[in-house]
Amino acid sequence: MSTVSAKAPAGADRAPGPPRPGGPKRRRVRREKQWPAYVFLTPWMLGAAVLTLVPMAVSLYLSFTDYNLFEAPRWVGLRNYTEMLTEDPRYWRSVGTTLLYVVVAVPLKLVLALGAAMLLKNLGRGRSFYRSAFYAPSLLGASMTVALVWRALFNDGGTVPDLLGAIGVDSGGWVGDPDLTVFVVVLLTVWQFGAPMVIFLAGLQQISPDLYEAAALDGAGRWRQFVSITVPMLSPVVFFNLVLEMIQSFQVFTPAFAISGGTGGPADSTMFYTLYLYERGFTASHMGYAAAMAWLLLIAIGVVTLVLFRTSRSWVFYADEEGR
Amino acid sequence: MNLAVRRWAPHTLALLGLLVLLYPLAWLLATSLKPAEEVVTSLDLWPSSLEWSNYTTALEGVSGVAVSRLLGNTLLIATGAVLGNVLSCSLAAYAFARLRFRMSRVMFAFMVATLMLPHHVVLIPQYIIFNQLGMVDSYWPLILPKFLATEAFFVFLIVQFMRGLPRELEESARIDGCGPFRTYLSITLPLTRPALITTAIFTFIWTWNDFFTQMIYLFAPEKFTITLALRSFVDQSSTSAYGPMFAMSVISVLPIVLFFFVFQRYLVQGMATTGLKG
Repeated sequence: MSTVSAKAPAGADRAPGPPRPGGPKRRRVRREKQWPAYVFLTPWMLGAAVLTLVPMAVSLYLSFTDYNLFEAPRWVGLRNYTEMLTEDPRYWRSVGTTLLYVVVAVPLKLVLALGAAMLLKNLGRGRSFYRSAFYAPSLLGASMTVALVWRALFNDGGTVPDLLGAIGVDSGGWVGDPDLTVFVVVLLTVWQFGAPMVIFLAGLQQISPDLYEAAALDGAGRWRQFVSITVPMLSPVVFFNLVLEMIQSFQVFTPAFAISGGTGGPADSTMFYTLYLYERGFTASHMGYAAAMAWLLLIAIGVVTLVLFRTSRSWVFYADEEGR
Repeated sequence: MNLAVRRWAPHTLALLGLLVLLYPLAWLLATSLKPAEEVVTSLDLWPSSLEWSNYTTALEGVSGVAVSRLLGNTLLIATGAVLGNVLSCSLAAYAFARLRFRMSRVMFAFMVATLMLPHHVVLIPQYIIFNQLGMVDSYWPLILPKFLATEAFFVFLIVQFMRGLPRELEESARIDGCGPFRTYLSITLPLTRPALITTAIFTFIWTWNDFFTQMIYLFAPEKFTITLALRSFVDQSSTSAYGPMFAMSVISVLPIVLFFFVFQRYLVQGMATTGLKG
């Protein structure tokens, strides 16, 4: 179940183990026939070169320039980076907002997804109906429509402030309150826990019932079973969902754009990282600055993913690696 | 008593959860049928009278472009994207999963690494490239990349699926004299159908919901997708046009909802496989 490992599938089965019948002779025959592989790979290689590698090189170059799309890029060295890190409070505000969002939304979403998956697993009859219905919000994803509904529900006079008012919490409209808008986006994301839920559910169904039976015989209660069986057996799936959600959350755009009407307001409180990047690049025509922002985002995501992979060794449990 | 509670508690909990989860969607549907003055003043979910004219107003579209045209545009892009992704990603996946070639490890690692690459890093240069090619304000920037297997997620998904297939059929096809292309086309591809369907469904839904790419590349209102039109509709309308705005929102997500009801079985299976195979 090592899902995100970057093993080369073609090479993976030939590296270890005893030599195959036919041995080197057969391998030589194969080597002559490499060209079909490259034919299959042509579209991908073209895309990787023209739409990924070259653009990456270009954007790295642009990040050291002043560029407005119409005049030739002007080399400014590290100025974009230094300006961003030392002189641009809006940049740091966007970093803070995005981090707050990631730190709150990702765990909340995963906990809810796991809870829903465990609930559905025990339902028996009606499970597939509930599964589809719970997934429905995620279907609309980051669509404009959902963001519009959200804006209306959390606005002054909308359902949520009114309900809170009824139980004595006077929150006012969340959408106009710089301290609360970010949580409107958080709740929008958390509401869409369908994708990790389905993956959790599939993972739960793969855990052998024997394990639970044995544990029950040994006198383990529900909580004990959850901690000692469910959590370790599910840890690879938790890890997969965590990495995926984290990478996605750093790049959240549409909900923030829609809820703020594209402005990132009020008072830049929904100016998420990618929204600020868009504003710098496409509205203010500072393409070089935006490119530099994109590179720092790439580095941040890379570092976070690396840290997750490193720490995963201590808490992700692979049943098939036991005793290795 | 205890037994009854045990049996019904999960169902009650699930129903309660459902109520909260689906409330926003019910609200959307109800609001799309409300008379203008009720939208902001009344908290009742149910409209006092059904205002179907919201829908007729919405169908007229934005800036003189009818909703039928906008839906057609979106459908065109989504269909192109689906074809592109299924074709190009399955080709690349077959090579990664079944063929041997130099640098296969390096290339596969690179492909997996691009899963992490934020779109924003390549966004500006891609925009420059499409601008130089004179393709801005056309559908090419939205469709062409899909034919070049740029969505690593799907390549990865199909590779994982193909690795799980038994090799025997393909081996025997090879012994019978099938080349890799014949084998791919008539043996592997049919067996990979679940993964291909998942790819198709996700591509369709994601393309339909996409906002960012469409906003960057499309300018002429008659080329707009339904999402872009919805946004300019919001910008143009005052709060008095709340009803028609949400009517248009309903129209914009209707195709996805229909799509989901038809394919949800495959979708859920496919996604479950994503996180588990390997």
